[in-house]
Amino acid sequence: MYKDGRGGKVHKMSKTTAMTGAESAAEAMRQINPDVVAAYPITPQTAIAQNFANYVANGIVDTELVRVESEHSAMSCCVGASAAGARVMTATSSAGLALMWEIVGVAAGLRLPIVMEVVNRALSAPINIHCDHSDSMGTRDLGWIQIFSENAQEVYEHTLIAVRLAEKLLIPAMVCQDGFITSHGVENVEIFDDEGVKKFVGEHKYPYGLLDIKKPVTHGPLQLQDYYFETRSQQIPVMEEAKKEFVKIGEELGKITKKKYPLFDEYEMKDAEAVIVVMNSTAGTTKTAIDAMRKEGKKVGLLKLRLFRPFPYKEVSDALKHVKKIAVLDRSVSFGANPPLYSEVKNGLYDVKYTGKLHSCVFGLGGRNIFVEDIIGVFNRLLDGKLKDHDYIGLREE
Amino acid sequence: MSRLKSAKEIPIGGLIDEAGSSRKFKTGDWRSFRPLIEESKCINCMMCDVFCPEHCISVKEDGKRGEIDLDYCKGCGICANVCPVKCIKMEEEAKFIK
Ligand code: SF4
Ligand code: SF4
Repeated sequence: MYKDGRGGKVHKMSKTTAMTGAESAAEAMRQINPDVVAAYPITPQTAIAQNFANYVANGIVDTELVRVESEHSAMSCCVGASAAGARVMTATSSAGLALMWEIVGVAAGLRLPIVMEVVNRALSAPINIHCDHSDSMGTRDLGWIQIFSENAQEVYEHTLIAVRLAEKLLIPAMVCQDGFITSHGVENVEIFDDEGVKKFVGEHKYPYGLLDIKKPVTHGPLQLQDYYFETRSQQIPVMEEAKKEFVKIGEELGKITKKKYPLFDEYEMKDAEAVIVVMNSTAGTTKTAIDAMRKEGKKVGLLKLRLFRPFPYKEVSDALKHVKKIAVLDRSVSFGANPPLYSEVKNGLYDVKYTGKLHSCVFGLGGRNIFVEDIIGVFNRLLDGKLKDHDYIGLREE
Repeated sequence: MSRLKSAKEIPIGGLIDEAGSSRKFKTGDWRSFRPLIEESKCINCMMCDVFCPEHCISVKEDGKRGEIDLDYCKGCGICANVCPVKCIKMEEEAKFIK
């Protein structure tokens, strides 16, 4: 419900506004109204913290905004506040995420449900401010839930899900979006009414808050050869639960948004002979390419991951096992190893004894543009058997 | 040594969910030197107790210094160092093994 200009109430369950991905993340944060936000500016994330700081300054939220001196301090502050029992959020990109790396692992190890907006940007060197996924991928084994978002709308909705998911299982979660492409590109975003969203998000009831003097606890004691292994191992089964919970919480949000939040989206997959697997904004580009190619009778489809951690191996493999030709598009590399997304898809396909042809395509490093024609090119080469096992899209190799 | 607990039996995130649990952690087995007090010289100033990092030197009802709790004394020698009349001697722990 919204108030109109004369103070009357407008009975509408949502409003659609033109906004960027950074703004939609800040808008979700406004509705979530976290107790503490600690963040340090870094391009292209800055737009999130800046928009949210306005909400704080204007008294629209009651968040304690901590302006720290670095990202390492930002995450440290989040850890302290979260251990105290607060609902905590932050945002970062690239070098910022790299600098906080140590404490990112601490947050997961201590099982603190911090939610972080990650605006994906390339890692240095060479220094570059544009999009690729090497920042998030560098933290993929640290024990955080990682949700990737195609557009500003998904950023908004995934952030709402992330808070519930993190707090339910006590695992920190990051919501990823493409730097500049999503974070600074303006599109229509439907924001659902405050009341409904606030009810959906609910209250954070952390069972081990440091400030609860009736139930004294110690966070972060030393554990050596005798207990470290047991404590770390607890993070494995709870990640498995995160898959089920993501879908369950998504269904609950779907009652408000009338949308579905599966682990991954399947677009034109039913009879597809060639399928692209990709995450974030390039999924949108791929859909446009598919629409054009389908008109020419080409059987092409898309599998777009939302959840990358935990990785839904079985579900993805089941969806892909009958597809003859698959190209996995990675916006990051793993030097001396297979690219991350390709690696996971290939891993899962081993279990279903996949007999088709699987290719890896690396694209878009440092923000290198990827256009609809590029995707059509990948599909055509995939269909004609001309795609290399390890291909690079848009790279001047010779 | 009590049985070590399994992953399912311990709290999440390595946290300790009770107060005063350091009592269960007997630091006495770290000790390679044992403090021995020469009772006749002691002036009961309590400096040793104040400085002992394990706080394992007891104070008696009458306000005088009591025994050292060897379950927790880790043999650091701080007490011997701060004692103003130098009546604490650090003796090699090996000598007490029978
Ligand atoms: S040796 Fe160290 S631990 Fe032992 S009683 Fe002296 S000060 Fe305390
Ligand atoms: S510091 Fe020395 S003199 Fe003082 S109480 Fe301890 S043993 Fe006795």
